[in-house]
Amino acid sequence: MDALAPVIASTLIAGTPLMLAALGLLVNERSGVINLGSEGMMLMGAITAFATTVAFGSFGLGFVLAAVVGVVMAAFFAWLTIWLGANQVATGLALSLFGVGASAYLGLPYAGESLQPPQFAIPILGDIPLLGPALFRHHPLVYGAVALCIAVAWFLGRTRPGLILRAVGESPSSAHSLGYNVRRIRLAAVLFGGMCCGLAGAFMSLVYTPLWMEGMVAGRGWIALALTTFATWRPFRVMAGAYLFGGITILTFHMQAVGVPIASQLLSMLPYIATIVVLVLISRNATWIRLNMPASLGKNFNPNT
Amino acid sequence: MSVKFLRHALSAAAVAATVVLASAAHAQQEPLKVGFVYVSPIGEAGWTWQQEQGRREMMAALGDKVSTQFVEDVPEGADAERVIRDLAQQGNKLIFTTSFGYMNPTLKVARQFPDVKFVHSTGYKTADNVAVTNARFYEARYLAGIVAGKMTKSNILGYVGAFPIPEVLQGINAFTLGARSVNPNVETRVIWVNSWYDPGKERDAALALMGQGADILTHHTDSTATVLAAEEKGVHAVAYHSDMSRFAPKAQLVAVTHHWGDYFTKAAQAVLDGTWKSDMTWGGLKEDMARVEGFNAAVPQDVLQLVEEKKQAIIAGKLTPFDGPLKDNAGKVVLESGSLNDDALTRMNYYVEGVVGKLPSK
Amino acid sequence: MLRLERRARPSTLMAWCSPLLAVVLTAVCGAILFSVVGKDPIASLRVFFFEPVKDLHGWSEVGMKVAPLLTIAVGLSICFRANVFNIGAEGQLVIGAITAGALVLWLDDGENGGAWMIALALLAGVAGGMAWAAITAFLRDHFNANEILVSLMLVYVAQLLLSYLVHGALMDPDGFGFPQSRLFSDGWLLPVILPATRLHIGIALALIAAVIGWLYLSKSFSGFKLQVGGIAPMAARYAGFSSRSSLWISLLISGGLAGLAGAAEVMGPIGQLTPSISPGYGFAAIIVAFVGRLHPVGVIFSSFIMALFYIGGELSQSRLGMPSAITGIFQGILLFALLACDVLIHNRLRWAR
Repeated sequence: MDALAPVIASTLIAGTPLMLAALGLLVNERSGVINLGSEGMMLMGAITAFATTVAFGSFGLGFVLAAVVGVVMAAFFAWLTIWLGANQVATGLALSLFGVGASAYLGLPYAGESLQPPQFAIPILGDIPLLGPALFRHHPLVYGAVALCIAVAWFLGRTRPGLILRAVGESPSSAHSLGYNVRRIRLAAVLFGGMCCGLAGAFMSLVYTPLWMEGMVAGRGWIALALTTFATWRPFRVMAGAYLFGGITILTFHMQAVGVPIASQLLSMLPYIATIVVLVLISRNATWIRLNMPASLGKNFNPNT
Repeated sequence: MSVKFLRHALSAAAVAATVVLASAAHAQQEPLKVGFVYVSPIGEAGWTWQQEQGRREMMAALGDKVSTQFVEDVPEGADAERVIRDLAQQGNKLIFTTSFGYMNPTLKVARQFPDVKFVHSTGYKTADNVAVTNARFYEARYLAGIVAGKMTKSNILGYVGAFPIPEVLQGINAFTLGARSVNPNVETRVIWVNSWYDPGKERDAALALMGQGADILTHHTDSTATVLAAEEKGVHAVAYHSDMSRFAPKAQLVAVTHHWGDYFTKAAQAVLDGTWKSDMTWGGLKEDMARVEGFNAAVPQDVLQLVEEKKQAIIAGKLTPFDGPLKDNAGKVVLESGSLNDDALTRMNYYVEGVVGKLPSK
Repeated sequence: MLRLERRARPSTLMAWCSPLLAVVLTAVCGAILFSVVGKDPIASLRVFFFEPVKDLHGWSEVGMKVAPLLTIAVGLSICFRANVFNIGAEGQLVIGAITAGALVLWLDDGENGGAWMIALALLAGVAGGMAWAAITAFLRDHFNANEILVSLMLVYVAQLLLSYLVHGALMDPDGFGFPQSRLFSDGWLLPVILPATRLHIGIALALIAAVIGWLYLSKSFSGFKLQVGGIAPMAARYAGFSSRSSLWISLLISGGLAGLAGAAEVMGPIGQLTPSISPGYGFAAIIVAFVGRLHPVGVIFSSFIMALFYIGGELSQSRLGMPSAITGIFQGILLFALLACDVLIHNRLRWAR
């Protein structure tokens, strides 16, 4: 029982970067654009945040600049795919490839360096035994991610702009003929996705493990992409998936520490297998899947044709 | 670009310039070209960083008698063979391949280049022109264990390991034996992260160990994440590979460090003198290839004295971390008396008494 | 200022020129990059582009990298054309290596081997890759589970399985506890086709796969159905083309080819099972497939370019002192340049007033 609080706490922290990136990608994909550049954007966000904080001493500025870098990378992606009509999958992959290499290069002077992040605690709530350390002593962005999830769900489901965005994702030509500027709407969605990935990367290098090492995002960008399909493009399911994945990973570590006699490699498979199993369970209704996946996902739209 | 990068670029240029000058001015003694293959980026701490420190020490010691080059981040597998062969083809006469996964590629290339000397780290196969080097890190781990055993309050030690290979197991077991030699109630808990190099997982593992009550952590992985987690949460840590006190001034009790400079220098000098032979060098505290250093000011004087005493005993050969009688943690007797010989050490595949858990059976 | 105007018909000239233009553009960007960090751009470009292939030995090394990339990319081209996004080729590669390696370890007694045995082991690799891909196909077929997620998750499972096996059941008993299998005897290693190099028949198998892939897509009815299903799924359904069989065929083909690539790597240059048998070929092949425009012959050229970049990047480290990150940056620039140049196939640049 002693370990319950640390397990919950670690789960929230492990799930946060996945959730941030996946929510951004979800909005991105709801508008019909698939951006596989998440890993690259997260890494560039991570190094930007780290370098900024080392140079200026401000964690806040680190987060802001990481978001900006994410937006810039996404803008480049948007220009290539939305305006020049390049293949979305390939462009996203190029973005990731470039981001991985560029972040490693830019991060050379910072290899192995580390930061001391400030500790946070919500007054009063943070002192409740068990629940306090589990839930109320986290970095603001952990709560921000939850807030973002609620905001995205509300935006997509209950606001007019959100409805228009979803319409663009379902049928860009219909939206176009209704007079909406499909390109601008998609651009906004892509930029939002980039910003979230940048923030997720910053969280990795400023909060999760406050150090820089090349490739430190270690595939979480790809997991985030997978989570949006796992979540069938619904924000609360993204949250569930992120915490499920993060939580099982943490649990397997505790199982090892307690001496459960299963090989560590087999235990490490659990988060991945669990994600597949849950996906299978919730995907059985084909009609429902088709209703949820943005119909124009991955297809470019040219208003001039 | 950055100062550090310019420094790397400049040192490469300086090496090139040195070679040119040396060959122009001293036609009779060409500098020995020495190549290094690193398995990961050099970084600022960790296995490769210590290898790189060794290379720099060798360059400082031998001056313009040697010129070096290195390739970093070379994956084990088919690519390694190409890189090693390329270094040999470029005229390097002494090549250090610094990861156990390079063993078979090194041997393959060595067969084709009989006049080039190769030194492979942590392997077990030699050839006429291939030597093996390793260090008895476990001796230093034993000493670190003594410090941990004396300083722990919860009697639970946490170990973040990469892969359950004998070298890592030697470390875990020696650490535990050292701790229990001064505190028989201590137990060690191990989490395997299945990667040499994933700071996120390392940190999660460190936090999980702390959640299980460990108040002294150590690791056998390549990043500073474990030690940093200890610093952040206010517990102690034993660093590995490098002294990490500048990253974690409060947490680090002591560091178990690697030092290759002497060995590299001796090997290069031997090649220059023509006296190099292929052998298996497994140096430890005595040869100064493994050290305990970076002691925290909080470590009391009597503990420091005890460590020094045990260190001298190991160097004199009177004590080894693995003296019998030795039992594994399932109760089976592994050694009745005497001490484990090198063969038994390199095949170690069990946990000693005091380590919690079970290794996958073969 | 410049404006893009859609062409009436895609330009064939640009379709051919675009890859060349992209390489030139990458070289220019590379030269700028090298100058910025203080290296001689011409010498650096020479190291990157020409040094890897300056002699026969260099060509053989490039060929060795082309073999797995090409083999997998052919399979992925077929798969992606059917709109089935198999992102898990890396996992299928690993499982193919495991099944082939396990068979060799089981049958190898030091004396046997030879062509038939090797063929058997390679087939085991193909079967392994197919089986792993079949999991993805099954889950998508019966449970509508998205193949991107399933195949990606299975990559990590495959890698962990390999680690588990080489630390345990398949570990060399005389190997001092190293996580590696026994070395395969010479009779079980893929024959070298270019003497004094490492180039093995894997490259021949890859080229044959490319040709067969092209024939399948362009000449067979099954290939036709598959492609229609990818381009116009409604039309395909109306015509009675089964999307289900397209799914299975494309995943089995790409899984089998990825498994073959994995088997060739462990029976070729590596010669045993180790925890790290692939530096990400399964993922790199996705890029190779797109750069090759999902055309089995096109991917021959794109896999060559990618292999060149890998080795050029490696040589840049030892010759120029560049960091290992340079490879990823170059590959990213190449892909961007190609995508940008491809735009000119369907669009014309015009000055507008």
